[in-house]
Amino acid sequence: MITALLLFWPALAGVLVLFIKGQNAKRAAFGAAVVEFIIALYAMLQYQPNAQVQFQYFQPWIENFGINFAIGMDGISLLLVFLTTFLVPLIILSSFPHSYKNPNVFYALILFMQMGLIGVFTAFDAFLFYFFWEVALIPIYFISAVWGGERRIPITFKFFIYTIFGSLFMLVGFVYLYFQTPGTHTSDINAFYQLSLDTTQQSWIFWFLFIAFAIKMPVFPFHTWQPDTYTESPTQATMLLSGIMLKMGIYGVIRWLLPIVPQGVSQWDGLVLVLSIIGIVYGSIIAIRQRDLKRLVAYSSIGHVGLIAAGIFTLTEHGLQGGIIQMLSHGVNVVGLFFIIDIIYRRTNTRDIKNLGGITQTTPALSIFFMILLLGTVALPLTNGFVGEFLLLSGVFQYNNWMGAIAGTTIILGAVYMLRMFQGVMFGEQNANTANFRDLTGLETAVLVPLVVMVFWIGLHPNTFLSLTEPAVGHLLGIINR
Amino acid sequence: MNSIILLTSFGILNLFIGFSKSKKIIMPLVLLFLAIVFVVNLTGWNDTQTYFERMLTIDNFAIAFTAVVVLTTILVLPFSQSYIDQQNDSLAEYYSLLLFSLVGAIMMVAYENLLMLFVGIEILSISMYILAGSDKKNLKSNEAGLKYFLMGSFATGILLFGIVLIYGATGTFYISEISSAATAQSNNELTSPLLGMGLLFTLIGISFKVSAAPFHFWTPDVYEGTPTFFMAFMSTVVKAAGFAGFYKLMSVSFAGAQNIWFPTLIAMAVVTLAIGNIGAVAQNSFKRMMAYSSISHAGYLMIALLSFNDRSENAIFFYSLAYSVSTVAALGILKLVADQRDDVSYNAFNGLGRTNPLLAAVMTISMCSLAGIPLTGGFFGKLFIFSAALEQELLWLIIVAILMAAVGFYYYFRVIIAMYMREPSGDRVPVGSVATFALIFMTVLTFVLGIAPGLLSNIL
Repeated sequence: MITALLLFWPALAGVLVLFIKGQNAKRAAFGAAVVEFIIALYAMLQYQPNAQVQFQYFQPWIENFGINFAIGMDGISLLLVFLTTFLVPLIILSSFPHSYKNPNVFYALILFMQMGLIGVFTAFDAFLFYFFWEVALIPIYFISAVWGGERRIPITFKFFIYTIFGSLFMLVGFVYLYFQTPGTHTSDINAFYQLSLDTTQQSWIFWFLFIAFAIKMPVFPFHTWQPDTYTESPTQATMLLSGIMLKMGIYGVIRWLLPIVPQGVSQWDGLVLVLSIIGIVYGSIIAIRQRDLKRLVAYSSIGHVGLIAAGIFTLTEHGLQGGIIQMLSHGVNVVGLFFIIDIIYRRTNTRDIKNLGGITQTTPALSIFFMILLLGTVALPLTNGFVGEFLLLSGVFQYNNWMGAIAGTTIILGAVYMLRMFQGVMFGEQNANTANFRDLTGLETAVLVPLVVMVFWIGLHPNTFLSLTEPAVGHLLGIINR
Repeated sequence: MNSIILLTSFGILNLFIGFSKSKKIIMPLVLLFLAIVFVVNLTGWNDTQTYFERMLTIDNFAIAFTAVVVLTTILVLPFSQSYIDQQNDSLAEYYSLLLFSLVGAIMMVAYENLLMLFVGIEILSISMYILAGSDKKNLKSNEAGLKYFLMGSFATGILLFGIVLIYGATGTFYISEISSAATAQSNNELTSPLLGMGLLFTLIGISFKVSAAPFHFWTPDVYEGTPTFFMAFMSTVVKAAGFAGFYKLMSVSFAGAQNIWFPTLIAMAVVTLAIGNIGAVAQNSFKRMMAYSSISHAGYLMIALLSFNDRSENAIFFYSLAYSVSTVAALGILKLVADQRDDVSYNAFNGLGRTNPLLAAVMTISMCSLAGIPLTGGFFGKLFIFSAALEQELLWLIIVAILMAAVGFYYYFRVIIAMYMREPSGDRVPVGSVATFALIFMTVLTFVLGIAPGLLSNIL
């Protein structure tokens, strides 16, 4: 029941927000998102740390097709629901200094998207999962395309067509699997887990599902929509896309790809690892050469996601656990970084490193927060990035030493582009743009403090979250290695 | 049968009402007539009746599709408001022709005898020829009427020729009796070339009516010239009735001879999908785009027809309904917008999100439904069709359809972009209250089909 509440509350709130005129809409949306977060926290407290799917809610949907409205949460779902509900209020809060036109629609769309995201993370029926997968896409497309930058129309269009193209393949994959289930057919996830498909079938299904997830993440070479879309979207959309939405792809791999077609995965995991590792090096190297801050973080995101994908496809416990914890860390860090970029852009009207510099001289608070988030991103020990990347790399090393070594360059390259960015933006001489740069306002601090708390919390006591997902990961690995 | 009698008498009655001075009364009356027909039609549910020496059978299949075409007509009618406002002299005749053509549509979904199919198609088509050319002073409408008439009558001729050849081979017009003759030649050999020829010609004739490639050439030109109001009727009612008739013919008569016509229809489905979708991409006129889109939807419906199992009937029904509702909404809005801005291209919709939020929202939902996005009826329409085909292991066909569906997103979303992301190209578009009500009803229906498809997904 609590899952249904988590799912429908944002939708209901979104409809209500639609009717609120003027800038009050953002306050209402923020309030709704905070309530959602409290519900999620309550669910976390009620959660029993075992491999069972909890908080289940089941309702037949299309009975003669065996399609059910089956939602629930196990540890993995819960962690991602936590990430979503934690980030959305902050993302809404971060938008307070902006005054977007038609604010009621803007914030309603954010809440609708939240519903789609929660649905993706809690659905235990294939068609329901697909349903929410698309439902999450439509609002973000409109947010990016209506409130985005100058070249928004063609760029977001490309993003939209690209992702929908992938997800249509997923749909066919699901329909095929559906017809392999015994009896009158069902799209229940457990029925999919119990299928015994031959190797050729698994190989086919692997690609049908993988393309959808790979485009969403995005894994090299399906990433071409990503840097442009991140750059042109309004900051809040970029945060939603990078902080939460790309986790849909990773979550999809963990829940809907690995356990359903384990033999298909074992046929192709080498290729996926190679692609992911190319993505790590490629994204990082391009990030080093970027001058636009948003683009830089966008490319760095390709690198980080590459590592997560590589870790997960090793099918080791370290890899999976690392991938899941890294989803959380990456969400926190990337939202923080995009927010700081937004602060800088609002004050100086530029995101070009060449036109910035010397900001530290007037902004002690901003500099500290920026540095902490940055160190979290480059995986310094005691920060959140370290836990995830350590586990991921250890997983990749268990798979293959050479691949581990190349993937490990992410730490060095990451430090290079991140510190280069920090140096260019924050140190050096002040110039016309950055003279009189104001330090953080109370509101901005209010957004950054929870993020920084999470950076240290995950870094110092990762067990809070690792223990949450451990039984579920063990259960999944059991299904995969069956 | 009652619906046929009612429609005919209402049509004649309506012609007399047309003599009255007040044109305002006609539309409410016709809506009332159609509502009566809709209800009367549904009362026959689960009560199969045959008429005229078994030439017509009103079973659940016929009733379901009759309901679709009558409902579509009810939804189309409110968009004729501008004809009433302009005191159009021929208004009553237009409405009567629509009512008469519905008689043809009902015969097309209820026939048991190929003659009835032919007569139904003719009744429907002749009304359509006139309505396509009804904008007398517009050269394009004249062109559309003439083109449709010349090519249509040629296609009907071929259809008739096909029916006669089938008769020659089997000695009967009854579709159930043809089936035994056809089954005899199922082992991939045509024992009677006559029957093969007959089947081929019949296929060509019907394919023309539902605008399946390669017999689609008339569609964009005719639709473009036809007044938008009648195009909304043509592209939905004719297609729904045509596919129901098509399916009935193939499933009753030629099920046994499946491997003879199967490769032909697969090729046609692929070509239809490709031409419809890729053709639509190249259009700058929204109206022409919708014409190509109707071709592409014929392609999806052909997939349902090809999968040929117990799912296909329901899939065709559900898809026709979802497609008709969304198409009527989209073309209705086009009519309203084009009346004011005098433009049928994508540019006509620029900034509609700001001037007419309701129209833009309804349009967005219709486009999402036509493209097949979840929460709308179009999604489940596609899902049911893909399910039907995948159960038949038509994997390659599905992959083609998926690629084409992705292409579809491109052209359907262009209008959404125009509405929400460009500056307005005109003032607020006036919308009548009946039309507003119809638009809201269609939106609700699209959502109902998209959220609770179980209500209608398994009724046949």
